Amino acid sequence: MRRWLAAASIMMAGVLGLAACGGGGGGESSQQPAAGGGKQQVEVFSWWTGPGEADGLAEMRKIFEQQNSGYSFFDAAVAGGSGDKAKALLESKLQAGQPPDTFQGHAGAELQGYIKAGNLEDLTFLYDELKLKDVFPQQLVDQISVDGKIYSVPVNIHRSNVLWFNPGVLKEAGVAAAPKTIDEFIAALEKVKATGKIPLSIGSEWTVTHLLENVLLGSLGTDAYNALFKPGGNWAGPEVAKALESFNKIMSYAGDPQDDWQPAAKQVADGQAAFNIMGDWAYGYFHNPPEGGLGKTSKTDFDWAPAPGTEGTYLWLSDSFTLPKGAKHRDGAIAWLKVAAGKEGQDAFNPKKGSIPARTDADKSLYTDYLADALKDWSDNKLAGSVQHGVSVNQPWLAAITEAVGLYISSKDVKALQQGLADAATANAQ
Amino acid sequence: MRRARTWLPGLLLVTPSIIAIGVFVYGLLGWNFQLAMTDKHSQVAEGEFVGLKNFVDIWDLPRWHLSVSHTILFTVVFVLGALLLGWLLAFLMEKGIRGEGTFRAIYLFPMAISFVATGIVWRWLMNSGTGERAVGLNRLFGYLGLPEWQWFRDQDWGMAAMALPAIWQMSGYVMALFLAGFRGVPEELREAARVDGCTEWGVYRHVVLPLLRPVLLSALIILGHISLKVFDLIVAVSGKQIITDVPAVFMWVAVFDSHDPAKGATIAAYIVVSVAIFVIPYLIWSVRKERTS
Repeated sequence: MRRWLAAASIMMAGVLGLAACGGGGGGESSQQPAAGGGKQQVEVFSWWTGPGEADGLAEMRKIFEQQNSGYSFFDAAVAGGSGDKAKALLESKLQAGQPPDTFQGHAGAELQGYIKAGNLEDLTFLYDELKLKDVFPQQLVDQISVDGKIYSVPVNIHRSNVLWFNPGVLKEAGVAAAPKTIDEFIAALEKVKATGKIPLSIGSEWTVTHLLENVLLGSLGTDAYNALFKPGGNWAGPEVAKALESFNKIMSYAGDPQDDWQPAAKQVADGQAAFNIMGDWAYGYFHNPPEGGLGKTSKTDFDWAPAPGTEGTYLWLSDSFTLPKGAKHRDGAIAWLKVAAGKEGQDAFNPKKGSIPARTDADKSLYTDYLADALKDWSDNKLAGSVQHGVSVNQPWLAAITEAVGLYISSKDVKALQQGLADAATANAQ
Repeated sequence: MRRARTWLPGLLLVTPSIIAIGVFVYGLLGWNFQLAMTDKHSQVAEGEFVGLKNFVDIWDLPRWHLSVSHTILFTVVFVLGALLLGWLLAFLMEKGIRGEGTFRAIYLFPMAISFVATGIVWRWLMNSGTGERAVGLNRLFGYLGLPEWQWFRDQDWGMAAMALPAIWQMSGYVMALFLAGFRGVPEELREAARVDGCTEWGVYRHVVLPLLRPVLLSALIILGHISLKVFDLIVAVSGKQIITDVPAVFMWVAVFDSHDPAKGATIAAYIVVSVAIFVIPYLIWSVRKERTS
């Protein structure tokens, strides 16, 4: 009797164990879109779940469902800023040969891994059909083309090189206007330091990489910066060494690292810090009413300028959608891409998200305050691609840069940083 | 036939588990080691056999040195801290205070929380802001006039701070282990020692503590293996930052950010080996002990 009891309990444990494994799989499969009501579901995979971005996605969804009565939209969004967790899940879906119908990715080199692994379809046909090359800036089309082919449709444009500052703190420190060059910036930081405020606020380690790309662009200039990511880009030379010296100097004025970019931006809005270099998604955070924002007034509580030394250049990044090979509802996915590429879709999405459309024929009246400035600069500035946000470097390269910057934060060793960046480029440049 | 009836049902019942463990634990473990010995440094690479090259090369990476030294510091602080605190709690409880059951439950509760939840709360508690910007523990320290600290962002001792939530979470469990151990010491032995004129401290030192050695060893193994593969706590407190890098986080970055399967597998293999160094001698020791008794 005893033995049977023991055997039965072991079996129970075994069954439960298997059920647990099965449960994991079951959770996965319940996320798969189920065909319902004769409509084809199109699985759209993104990381837009936060305030603003989720609202923008909902607007695009409305347009998609109006225009395509045969399809319904399946929102497969995974939470987590900058798509950290989403990318890990996407990886496992792709490896299992079960791609979503379309997925979000930063336009540019970040997609290279997927392209090389043969996961993405060439979208040149869609560009031709919709004449997209006429409505996207030529430089943008060049920077996202791989061997003459384009694999994604950019929905929005964000700007990385924005210097956010607190006008009150600058006045107190005797800084008349936003610094235009790296040297002016360092002088301004020194003046703020004398008042006892934090000269420059920073967040977690990725925000330091973000700062680095801005200092590189500001110190090297647009053409030399862009050349770094072309074959033979010289990371070991004296120009980069000089830029990194400035970076090191600027970092010496940085406050205690905050948990992420929001607390760092908040220090500026609250008047504890003078400057913060962050992408223009910070505008929504400063400006939006509480719950999702700080409810601050632009130009009085916070103000902006191009990051020092980068005036006339748009250090851009973009969210885009792709067409994975083997998508179960390819036609539905293409219908979605048409909405994402279209004027109506982009003008519905971007004002909510706090970004500008990639198309140059957008309705300008929808974009006010900061976004009006951004839209104007987008139309006439030179373009440079962001490092931290996946335009100029592929994922392994970015991981190597992140590592070099992380080690630098601990050691403050500029020579090792330059060596690390040079090694990262040699190992990963295409 | 009669004989088969005694063992066959049992075997049939455990066969599914044996197969599942064989495939999902040992099979995948073997696959991982095989992957670690190839040069599959991107998803599209073929992966030729290169022997132990990856295992040697990884020692050239400054980040690997950093994450190994972080793990050592974390392990020492966490294991010693949890053992000392757990032992102290058990020692106090063993005196038979009133409401012992309640206290026991209170100290054990943290174990019911996942490391992720603990980490998120402690991330706030250990916020590195000082002065006006202080929150959490620094705020408390400020009120009390104690020095404020950078906590897990401290360059040298950050990982020691990272061990605090782990100690908080696991010391109740160690207490339960020790308490069971204390209770397992027969009262007769203590009385015999007292009759022989032993002081109360002497009873502890020479009678109770030696009998607790197996408990101590179990606690050491359990804490040690948790510590060597710690991942969730670190990610919840600081994310993937280098300043709190440990091998498990490095492995995640190698696989999902660097897209380097062989490197990830190598780090995973090192984690398994380091845990095995802890666990296998213990298994051998306990098997031997079972045989002798």
